[in-house]
Amino acid sequence: MNRQIVQLFAVVGVLFALLVAFTSRWTVFEAKSLENNQANRRPLIEEEKIPRGLIYARDGRTVIARNRAEGRAEDRIYTRLYPTGGLFAHPIGYSFIKNGRRSLEQSRNDDLAGQEDEFQSILSGLESNDREGFDVVTNLDVRGTQAAVAGLAGRKGAVVAIEPQTGKVRVMVSIPEYDPNLITSQFGRINNDPNQPLLNRSTQELYPPGSTFKVVTTTAALDSGKVTPDTIIDGSSPKVISGVPLENAGGESFGPISLTDALTNSVNVVFAQVGERIGRETLVEYMKRYGFFSDPKLDYPDFQMVPSGIINGDGKYVQNGFDVGRVAIGQGGLEGEIRSAPIQMAEVAATVANGGRLMRPQLTDRVVRKDGRVKERVEPDLQSVVMKPETAKELTEMMSRVVEEGTGTAGALAGIRVAGKTGTAEVGAAREFTQPWFIAFAPVETPRMAVAVTVERQPPGSQGGTVAAPIAKSVLEALLESGG
Amino acid sequence: MSARTRELFGLLPVSLLVAAGFAAVLTTRTQDVSDATLTYGAVFLGLCVVAHLFIRARLPDADPYMFPLSALLAAIGLVLIYRIDPELAREQAQWFVAGLAFFCGTILVIRDHHVLERYRYTIAAGSIALLAMPRLPGIGAPVNGAYLAIKVGSIQFQPAEFAKLGIIVFLASYLRETGDILVRPRLRPLPYQRQLLLYGLPAVLTFLAILVLDLGAAGAVLLAVMVASLVAVLRERPSPKHFGPLLLVWGLAMLMLIFIRDLGSSVMFFGGFLALLYVATGRLSLVGIGSTLFFAGAFYLAQAESHVEQRVDVWLDPFKPGVVDREGYQIAQALFAQADGGLFGQGFGRALLDLPGGGTILPAAHTDLIYAVLANEAGLFGAAGLIGAYLLLVFRGFKTALYGGDGFSKLLATGLTAVLALQVFVIVGGVTRVIPLTGVTLPFVSYGGSSIVANMVLLALLLIVSDRARAERARRGGLV
Repeated sequence: MNRQIVQLFAVVGVLFALLVAFTSRWTVFEAKSLENNQANRRPLIEEEKIPRGLIYARDGRTVIARNRAEGRAEDRIYTRLYPTGGLFAHPIGYSFIKNGRRSLEQSRNDDLAGQEDEFQSILSGLESNDREGFDVVTNLDVRGTQAAVAGLAGRKGAVVAIEPQTGKVRVMVSIPEYDPNLITSQFGRINNDPNQPLLNRSTQELYPPGSTFKVVTTTAALDSGKVTPDTIIDGSSPKVISGVPLENAGGESFGPISLTDALTNSVNVVFAQVGERIGRETLVEYMKRYGFFSDPKLDYPDFQMVPSGIINGDGKYVQNGFDVGRVAIGQGGLEGEIRSAPIQMAEVAATVANGGRLMRPQLTDRVVRKDGRVKERVEPDLQSVVMKPETAKELTEMMSRVVEEGTGTAGALAGIRVAGKTGTAEVGAAREFTQPWFIAFAPVETPRMAVAVTVERQPPGSQGGTVAAPIAKSVLEALLESGG
Repeated sequence: MSARTRELFGLLPVSLLVAAGFAAVLTTRTQDVSDATLTYGAVFLGLCVVAHLFIRARLPDADPYMFPLSALLAAIGLVLIYRIDPELAREQAQWFVAGLAFFCGTILVIRDHHVLERYRYTIAAGSIALLAMPRLPGIGAPVNGAYLAIKVGSIQFQPAEFAKLGIIVFLASYLRETGDILVRPRLRPLPYQRQLLLYGLPAVLTFLAILVLDLGAAGAVLLAVMVASLVAVLRERPSPKHFGPLLLVWGLAMLMLIFIRDLGSSVMFFGGFLALLYVATGRLSLVGIGSTLFFAGAFYLAQAESHVEQRVDVWLDPFKPGVVDREGYQIAQALFAQADGGLFGQGFGRALLDLPGGGTILPAAHTDLIYAVLANEAGLFGAAGLIGAYLLLVFRGFKTALYGGDGFSKLLATGLTAVLALQVFVIVGGVTRVIPLTGVTLPFVSYGGSSIVANMVLLALLLIVSDRARAERARRGGLV
């Protein structure tokens, strides 16, 4: 009988080992996948109990996002409150258990939810019981943002301003905006609004950049040594480009003209010829250096960014086979049309302003612990070297002429030299609307701010120089005054 | 050091654990340690010392580890239940006191466990009556489709917890008597032709049956094991008339499945029965027949009874959309809670139990899913520690059986221990998705008056057997 008892004990041992094995399976080996299981509400409930970090404008005082506590003691939960309403809706977004997260609230979620790395969490576990989110101080400028909103005056469009040397994003405005405080109660209405207030037009929408793209074309042409600012090119209109006659704006004919003068007056036929001279390959190469064909390297959710680039009639990105002459002037055809997000054009202006060095655009300045210690400071990060410093210098001179005596005089500031480029693309099924653009940076000598402005579907006759340049001017003014 | 002194020292860490556990829970609850935690520890220690003194007086030679181990388990249970709901913990503490009273009462009344043998048929009949009680109109009512509890006035009571003790006593006694004659080896081997008939015919028939009946893999294995076991029994000299009561037990288990509709407790009963059958006869073939009959019955029921079938489906895939929010909710939440625990757990009092806005995320956290709460708060290490404690308790139980001076003592200790081990396996296995989740309590740990009282009686019986056996061995000069 004893032998059987011992055998029975062995069986129990095996069964209990099985229990321990399965417990380790759930607690350790498959814990991650269980945590991510759709039906698992624990992570969401836990998160709601953590006071999220606050989000500040660059002044460190203006609170963009804070928390409202509900309930007492154990049951206390926190919900988000956005004191600035819709002003920073697009760069900051929202975070609600029921509706999910968007924008910086999403891309900086780990910090805002107070997630530490493994080692740190052991340390802070010793320090205190309650997890708290880290505060995020952004680069966003209140006055610059207000100036952009006032400038757009309710017209759909976008304004992006970037500090050239650091890549700090000072302004990111997209109109229409939405009030993040209403997301929980009116998400359906906001989401179904035909004006698409949830769409961040500065990163998520692509527009034909029109003549502002000539800055990219000129970069490629000068930097590759194909032309100089003084190269004379025939500016008579119309000119056959890729087998189809191309006209200058208003059919104006210029005759032989230097590249500088051509940029000042935005002469289409000249830049179309320049484009043909540099070729598709070189143009695409320089576009890539500027960041075209991939998402902006912004600290922003991927699903809210789209790559700028050359897109064909099927909506696909193409890098060859397109009409290089027409792309070079910011247009194109079915086999490939240049389309750009406003932030991409702001990066173009910032790159020229920074001597040809593109700094990675950043919304976040620093992450701060509740006791004031800085957890992480976002350092300026070189994204790519687009052109030689000399090229940038030449380009700057050319662009300053645009504001001084060309199409962009409306962007001029009193006492401060501004470099810029206008753009006016024709849009709509029958080309019945225009898409005015203006990209600029100032001061010319030591640029401190770059900006891109575009306005959607304006009535015929609206031009970059008349519609977009004044907005850029007021934004630059506000930013330079507030010490940007 | 005497056995009793070792027992006393064993109780010290247990009281420390109670004090520390309550301290941890109270701290997370109120942010400060009150003297209450020390009081809890002291009261618990006091109660255990009283029980210890009682054992010292009545069962001086009993196993010194089983009582402290059970007290440890009860302590873990109290801390966890307190963490879930302080009111329930107060009730559980009262039940623990009642359990200690029953414990002492059992030791007082049953001076020698052999007296139980005299009443074995009475005990068997009483146990069956107990099992049937939840089906009686007026006092019984189904919970989640299973008939497990009866309610008289405000007192709820799970008769199956006590019936399991009665059935084990009966089986131990019955098998002590018939174990040797149930199946006896043949004195002479069978003639050659008979052997061919005995092995060949069933093999061919089984093969044909598998082909013709289209049983599927599980069915084929069941049939093959069944036939092989039958042949193995028939090769020897089975005594048909002594199989009667055993078939009765099988029938009882099937009836339990049908009438009580609880897979968990019937697995527990039948498993205990098979364990005893094996220990008494040493014939694996009998276990083969028994288990295939049980599985066949269970399979049939799984198809016929939607209640059982649903449990199996949920077990196979609890995360299926549409299932995870309803039938699969309990097991899914149990797994989520364990995943949340990780290696070291969230800490006592830290696990998420209450949903914001009321309600609880873990249904039946204090009974069925208490193991998930432990894994959540104490992690894999805590949970493995608990299983370790049970394994030690089971080890001491089987050791008692080994020391048993006679067949009845051995079988009784084996049966009681096996039923305890199986109960742990059924509920922890259910919570960890080793087997379908069914509602039985985790012995000594789960909330439940019947459970704690019945398990204290079980412990008392084990200690009585142990006392006799070890006293006997000491007299004979053997090592204890």
